[in-house]
Amino acid sequence: MDRLRDKIIPVTTLLALLVVGWYAFAVVLNGPFQRDLDRRAGEVPGTLEFLVKTWSQPKPTLPAPHQVAQNFFKTTFTVKPWSNRSLVYHSWVTLSSTFVGFIFGAALGILIAVGIVHFASLDRSLMPWIITSQTIPILAIAPMVVVVFAAIGVTGLFPKALISTYLSFFPVAVGMVKGLRSPELMHLDLMHTYNSTRPQIFWKLRVPASIPFLFASMKVAVAASLVGAIVAELPTGAVAGIGAKLLSGSYYSQTIEMWAALVAGSLVAVVLVALVGIAGRITDRAMGGRPA
Amino acid sequence: MMRGFVWQIALTLVLVLVGAALEVGAAQGTADVWPALGVVAVAALLAAAVATRPLTEAVVLFAGAHLGAWLLLSGITGHEGQAGASFYLALAGAWLLAWRCVTVLSAFKPTSRQAAAVLGLVIPVIFGAWILIIWEAIVRGAGIPFLLLPPPSAIAVRISASAAILAADVNQTIFKAVVAGYAIGCCTGFAAAIAADRFVFLRRGLLPIGNMAAALPIIGVAPIMVMWFGFDWQSKAAVVVIMTFFPMLVNTVVGLTASSHMERDLMRTYASGYWQTLFKLRLPAAMPFIFNALKINSTLALIGAIVAEFFGTPVVGMGFRISTEVGRMNIDMVWAEIAVAAVAGSVFYGAVALIERAVTFWHPSIRGG
Repeated sequence: MDRLRDKIIPVTTLLALLVVGWYAFAVVLNGPFQRDLDRRAGEVPGTLEFLVKTWSQPKPTLPAPHQVAQNFFKTTFTVKPWSNRSLVYHSWVTLSSTFVGFIFGAALGILIAVGIVHFASLDRSLMPWIITSQTIPILAIAPMVVVVFAAIGVTGLFPKALISTYLSFFPVAVGMVKGLRSPELMHLDLMHTYNSTRPQIFWKLRVPASIPFLFASMKVAVAASLVGAIVAELPTGAVAGIGAKLLSGSYYSQTIEMWAALVAGSLVAVVLVALVGIAGRITDRAMGGRPA
Repeated sequence: MMRGFVWQIALTLVLVLVGAALEVGAAQGTADVWPALGVVAVAALLAAAVATRPLTEAVVLFAGAHLGAWLLLSGITGHEGQAGASFYLALAGAWLLAWRCVTVLSAFKPTSRQAAAVLGLVIPVIFGAWILIIWEAIVRGAGIPFLLLPPPSAIAVRISASAAILAADVNQTIFKAVVAGYAIGCCTGFAAAIAADRFVFLRRGLLPIGNMAAALPIIGVAPIMVMWFGFDWQSKAAVVVIMTFFPMLVNTVVGLTASSHMERDLMRTYASGYWQTLFKLRLPAAMPFIFNALKINSTLALIGAIVAEFFGTPVVGMGFRISTEVGRMNIDMVWAEIAVAAVAGSVFYGAVALIERAVTFWHPSIRGG
């Protein structure tokens, strides 16, 4: 009951308000063009008729929610999933490079974190750069990486995955350094009294302590990885993927398709983050964690 | 003397010896690596000899590593793409000396704060410099095509040669789009957070949505904003507003709960109202969280503006320059633009961090206590 009152009702109310506002906004934005059309056709539509017309233009400035939903449904369920017109196909293309990039990025981030925790010189020299690199708009590099690799004949998954790797390894590295350092002095001292070696301290204390940090940062990383994959599809050359769909939509003013692609991208993001969350919960339970 | 031969020094000497042996048998007419090999070998031996005095050792290592690298790089001029194995061995030797130097420096425990600050700056600078040195040496030594990866020196030349274009791009992208979007986005996010704090229902509804928005690829609205607001900076500012809104909202709402029950009770005993408590207790307590959002947003804003420019701009702007120069294969210009963007991003972030130090001077992480 508390859950219903504290979460579900407020969220659905706000989302409903959002949809209502969206319809109103669609009238405001599509209205001028519709009025222009009617004047040329010499029609004088009633208020209701006018409203319906602004919500059913083929290339509206702001498509109404039901138009986006229809297009999303059509391109997801009614066409063959491997055809060029299917959103499933485009999502899959983006998802595959997101996934490869994320796996490599997470592995690289963990490796760097282990290095930083174990070598003081690496900590002092590399860590400041990792922090600084967070302040740099790395995404600006994306088109260059894709085009340069295309120039030497490497296209497809690899350049996109490289950008995803680049974007996803920072959060994991920073989170893992924090996690591997999270054991308190007490626990470390206890390990010392057991006469444990450095590898033993690492595997039996530091690694288990870092797992919650790892999953928290992997959630951030997987979202960053998806953004990287989408932006990497923007430069000319990419023919498939959510980013390519957005770009072609903006070239041909197919606004409904762009919004449907955006919805698909958001769904993919939510699913990815949820998957990481579930994996985290399963790991936590397997390690003997109890629900707080 | 013997304990000076740590593994980096020992390996350096081995590499230098192998390099020298290879160089004796090598053909004439390629790059001259003898001076670099000599400098690195002498520096390694000298460092081992003075290993009892860490400061002297660090200075010797620093000088040896960088003089060796400089000799290598000036020796390769005119012989691009002809570097032999001895060139890379000498480079690896010099790099190991630099590594040893950083290790020695990291082991220092300076007593004064200034010395610690200088040390905290010198170590990462050496690391960064070596990334550039290795980049330069490998690109020029192996003769990697200019199209693929230009050496840092060529990028520096390009930056100084086209300073006017870069300045115009920075003006368009940062001083118009980013600043406007950042200000509007952060202010509306803050206002929404105050409203969410005032009305519990709004908070319960907005917070899950805001948290979810952090995972969404919001950058995808860029083409739509370009369609709505036109090609000029306004559309980029709109993208920045949307991207910066949610982090500000979520962080401020969380920050407003940072003050403890005790403190709020104290305010109640003073008979202070909602707004008084807000301004005198809860907002100051929320400042670390708000500045966290401001810092996150400083990076997001730059990314949003640059990526939005990929979808269409007037003929000026950093994102525009990157996408067109990539098309024309002027990769050095792209790198110059990225270097400028990196510096701008760091300066932006640094400025926010400085203001944070001034505002949250009371916070333990700033007082260092």
